[in-house]
Amino acid sequence: MSSKVTNRIALSLIVLCAIIMAGILAALLGYILVNGVTSISWHFLTSESDPFLAGGGIKDQLWNSFYVLIITMILTVPIGTSGGIYLAEYAKPGKLTSFIRSCVEVLASLPSIVVGMFGMLIFVNYFQFRFSVLSGALALTVFNLPVIVRVTEDGFHSLSSHQKEGGLALGLTHWHTIKTILLPAAFPSILTGIILSAGRVFGESAALLFTAGMSTPNLNFTNWNPASPTSPLNMFRSAETLSVHIWAVNTSGIIPDIQTVANGSAAVLVICVLLFNLLARGLGKVINNKLSGKS
Amino acid sequence: MKIDKAVIAQTPESSPKSSLLREKGLMKGFIDHYSETRGKTIIYSSALLMIIAVVAITLFLTVQGLRSFFVDHINFWSFITGTKWSLDQTNGASYGAFPFIFGSLSVTLLAAVFATPVAVGCALFMAEIAKKWGQRVLQPIIEILVGIPSVVYGLIGLSVIVPFMRVHFGGSGFNLLAGSLVVGIMILPTVASIAADSLRAVPDSLREASFAIGGTKWQTIWRVVIPAAGSSIVTAIILGMSRAFGEALAVQMVIGNTFQMPHSIFAPAATLTTVITGSMGDTTTGSVSNDVLWSLGLILLVISYIFILIIRMLAKRRNA
Repeated sequence: MSSKVTNRIALSLIVLCAIIMAGILAALLGYILVNGVTSISWHFLTSESDPFLAGGGIKDQLWNSFYVLIITMILTVPIGTSGGIYLAEYAKPGKLTSFIRSCVEVLASLPSIVVGMFGMLIFVNYFQFRFSVLSGALALTVFNLPVIVRVTEDGFHSLSSHQKEGGLALGLTHWHTIKTILLPAAFPSILTGIILSAGRVFGESAALLFTAGMSTPNLNFTNWNPASPTSPLNMFRSAETLSVHIWAVNTSGIIPDIQTVANGSAAVLVICVLLFNLLARGLGKVINNKLSGKS
Repeated sequence: MKIDKAVIAQTPESSPKSSLLREKGLMKGFIDHYSETRGKTIIYSSALLMIIAVVAITLFLTVQGLRSFFVDHINFWSFITGTKWSLDQTNGASYGAFPFIFGSLSVTLLAAVFATPVAVGCALFMAEIAKKWGQRVLQPIIEILVGIPSVVYGLIGLSVIVPFMRVHFGGSGFNLLAGSLVVGIMILPTVASIAADSLRAVPDSLREASFAIGGTKWQTIWRVVIPAAGSSIVTAIILGMSRAFGEALAVQMVIGNTFQMPHSIFAPAATLTTVITGSMGDTTTGSVSNDVLWSLGLILLVISYIFILIIRMLAKRRNA
């Protein structure tokens, strides 16, 4: 076979691979949205799930997903950005730094179910938080920290050194420089990363199975007192999130309309993740333009 | 010289002569919003927290995982190599985890076999063939695919791949192959995007040299670019494998979850993760059946660490 023919064949195979990848996305999204969107209705989104009968909705699960996400982000963002700032600005090359770097790497590559088991051991059993929003959020914090750390570190590394030198030359302390000059400049890229990680947290299920639990008590959406056991804001109640719901309905559900509920929930989940994706891109661009004065 | 140094050391650095506690010393470091001490405290404690998290995870899971060997006196060797698994206490429980270790490893390997050719092809397309628009079209596609939650992959597997298997290969349709396919598709975008990054890192001078001596595009890719990016591509594949290995729910939904050793890829099987997710809720804390699940978790942790070590070793070799 001449080298030209081989070239043709190989290149077309490579193009085929790219087409397969695009095809997978189209098929996945198409399948989920076509099958799921028909079961999404106002009723589906705003009624409680029914453990036995058909026609249940996903109101509680949807709320739980967002609530757990918000608590996770409140915990992760300050710790993660500080960790990233440490690695980008303060870390001196040495054993300790490389150890912290390895720790971030290990955290990032641990299976999420291992994080879930750890959460069950520590937060659920040892600290006696039981299956709760708080346990789930803490487990997800462990799961999400390395992502935010990396995003922050990358954001700081992509800044030009003039900005830092300018701040230091004015006699500011290192921390003052970071807080008032570097952090605002790195903010757009960090924010993009945070929103993308929010999408990941939103869809996470294995880490929540043993920490946030697989059931939700009856919630009373007119009761906003966080200490009340039926309040949606209560952090110490169990909370089944949307992605856990999809799994639970499929593996142990006994309702007759499993398909409808699962497809509808999956569609809502995918739409939310896509929205996070779009938001991250859009917001990053808008803030970047504003900061660089292009408006 | 000695005297000079001593004098300098004694002279205070132009500090205001104020007796207020908050204007100097320890207190000031925490009250002033821009002081270095305050910043460093926040930053260093966050870094410390990361170390604590990793150490705590490793320590607690190890201690809990070793319980079944030291408290319940299960033989470690027969736990690893035994093939019979039964948590039923009344009819004589048996704890042989080999089918799950085997299941996990075969799902991981098969997933890598499915994902690697397509992922590397895709990466080549982005980095070598259609640099501009390939990048602009495929990059967002890959990012969206990475972002799709794993349960959704599982659900698709359950409603598309499993019925397909049932019709074409018989049986229930829940089998090892279905699990591997679902995970393979799931790790595809991860592998592709890391592989593309490593291909882009190959300097253009190598490609130009190859073209200059009359190499075709494919010859350049096959003989120059891929060998140059070799170990990074291997890293990408192993990262994908470690993700496949740790995936729980997506696999659990399609693999069939039997405790028997699978005799072919069309037989239902179980992995470490699926057994843990499936049985954890049915056991009570402190019982032997619960302890052995934590031991499975420990095996999971150990193998994850092995993956991390391999990746680190590859990275080290690349830098050396």
